[in-house]
Amino acid sequence: MTNLVPLNITVNGIEYRLYIEPNITLVDLLREKLGLTGTKKSCNEGECGACTVLMEGRPVASCMVLAIDADNKKIITIEGLAEGEKLHPLQEAFIKYGGIQCGFCTPGMILSAKALLDENPDPTPYEVRRAISGNLCRCTGYQQIVDSVLKAADMIKGNQV
Amino acid sequence: MFIKRLPKFTYHTPSTIDEAIELLVRYNGHAKVLAGGTDLLVAMKKRSVIPSHIVNLKTIPGLSGITVTGEGVTIGSLTTVAEIEKSPLIKENFKPLWDAAKVMASPQIRTLATIGGNLVSAVPSADLAPPLMVMAATAHIKGPSGERVCPVDHLFAGPSTTALKPSEILTHITIPLQNGRGIYLKLMRRAALDLAIVGVAVSLTVKEDNICQDAKIGLGAVAPTPIRAYKAEREIIGNMVTEEVAQKVADTASRECAPITDIRATEDYRRSMVRTLTKRAIMNLWEGNR
Ligand SMILES: Cc1cc2nc3c(=O)[nH]c(=O)nc-3n(C[C@H](O)[C@H](O)[C@H](O)COP(=O)(O)OP(=O)(O)OC[C@H]3O[C@@H](n4cnc5c(N)ncnc54)[C@H](O)[C@@H]3O)c2cc1C
Ligand code: FES
Ligand code: FES
Repeated sequence: MTNLVPLNITVNGIEYRLYIEPNITLVDLLREKLGLTGTKKSCNEGECGACTVLMEGRPVASCMVLAIDADNKKIITIEGLAEGEKLHPLQEAFIKYGGIQCGFCTPGMILSAKALLDENPDPTPYEVRRAISGNLCRCTGYQQIVDSVLKAADMIKGNQV
Repeated sequence: MFIKRLPKFTYHTPSTIDEAIELLVRYNGHAKVLAGGTDLLVAMKKRSVIPSHIVNLKTIPGLSGITVTGEGVTIGSLTTVAEIEKSPLIKENFKPLWDAAKVMASPQIRTLATIGGNLVSAVPSADLAPPLMVMAATAHIKGPSGERVCPVDHLFAGPSTTALKPSEILTHITIPLQNGRGIYLKLMRRAALDLAIVGVAVSLTVKEDNICQDAKIGLGAVAPTPIRAYKAEREIIGNMVTEEVAQKVADTASRECAPITDIRATEDYRRSMVRTLTKRAIMNLWEGNR
């Protein structure tokens, strides 16, 4: 019964033209069809934030998006942050300030944080906490993550000066 | 279910509302419209809904956005909770809705979730419902036989059931200009990503002589649907606003609602929190007024 539908999607600047089943979610498209396994899937029902990616610059739970609904949209995943060997300031800060332990929540955390910093380069600790309120972490206790995001904000501002 | 893949369906992308309605009529009960998908996809993964056809509303232009009109504001049904949260117009003039948008779900759900989906899902804890009720909002509905309106107060027929027929689409919400001030308070087990244990919206119009001219109270998660607390409202309308009156109103509201005990809270706790939050909301609005 299911017919394949055409999908035109740009992920990390690369345009893909595919035919997909309409009943696959964006997280499954990224992981299983495009091999971008940096995006994690855990709860699969919007609760944990592990699958967070940016769609048109805004954070979304990619397990709650039909892949076909991302037609003609631009997606950024964790694979799209580093430039070659050079890590994004958020990635550097997470490593340096203990924002990453087991790493399972990290791709989602970093994309939620990126969505915040893109819009608000100078956030308060409260604003950081609100921005990552949809991302669960079972390791760090969150404080190091908040610190890492604030440090990354400093690094980005420093770089721009 | 561990795997939670979506069941198979045929996907439709109408470009007009009429085309969407035609599809709903044609597949008579076997089609579901898709807005943000944050309720629908969860229900489909759990197999509590298995539509053979999905009709995506987001391919129809003009169903989203916040527009000021002479009489108030029009909010398209596909307007996302994130757009509401970011709107200075909503924050300044329709504050209960803004309060609710801010505490709903999480940032990555708010980007997707729509106002229309929140109302049509019609869960007792729907956060946007009590604010819209106390601001006298109206739902605009289109179906095979044309357009009709329904006050949000009368939109909910039971848990997860609305006054909409399966072939009808909620197109937009209108909210009239507000004379008074309003607030929405939500009790959660944690600061984010939780459904309301209790949600209380209050809108109050108080004159200079401190007499309450109009009051509306909307309650979430304490009855089979979001409800108005009409008896409680009558305790305050026409009366001088004092702490004693606020207490009386709060007591009445806590008796008037019909909460259940479930995994998240007991009936008693919910009643007691309706009392606390209703009083807090009234005091907050009244003190802001003085
Ligand atoms: C992790 C998570 C947390 C959440 N937290 C909250 C919360 O704190 N508070 C809260 O209130 N909700 C919460 N929700 C529920 C959900 O996000 C909201 O109810 C949301 O507003 C639904 O909108 P949607 O656009 O995603 O709806 P969809 O899932 O697209 O649609 C929901 C239902 O409404 C129908 N529908 C949608 N739009 C229309 C229309 N215009 N006309 C006719 N029928 C329509 C659909 O067919 C479907 O049956 C949460 C959900 C998740 C996954
Ligand atoms: S896997 Fe998407 S939010 Fe948990
Ligand atoms: S680092 Fe392990 S879950 Fe966050």
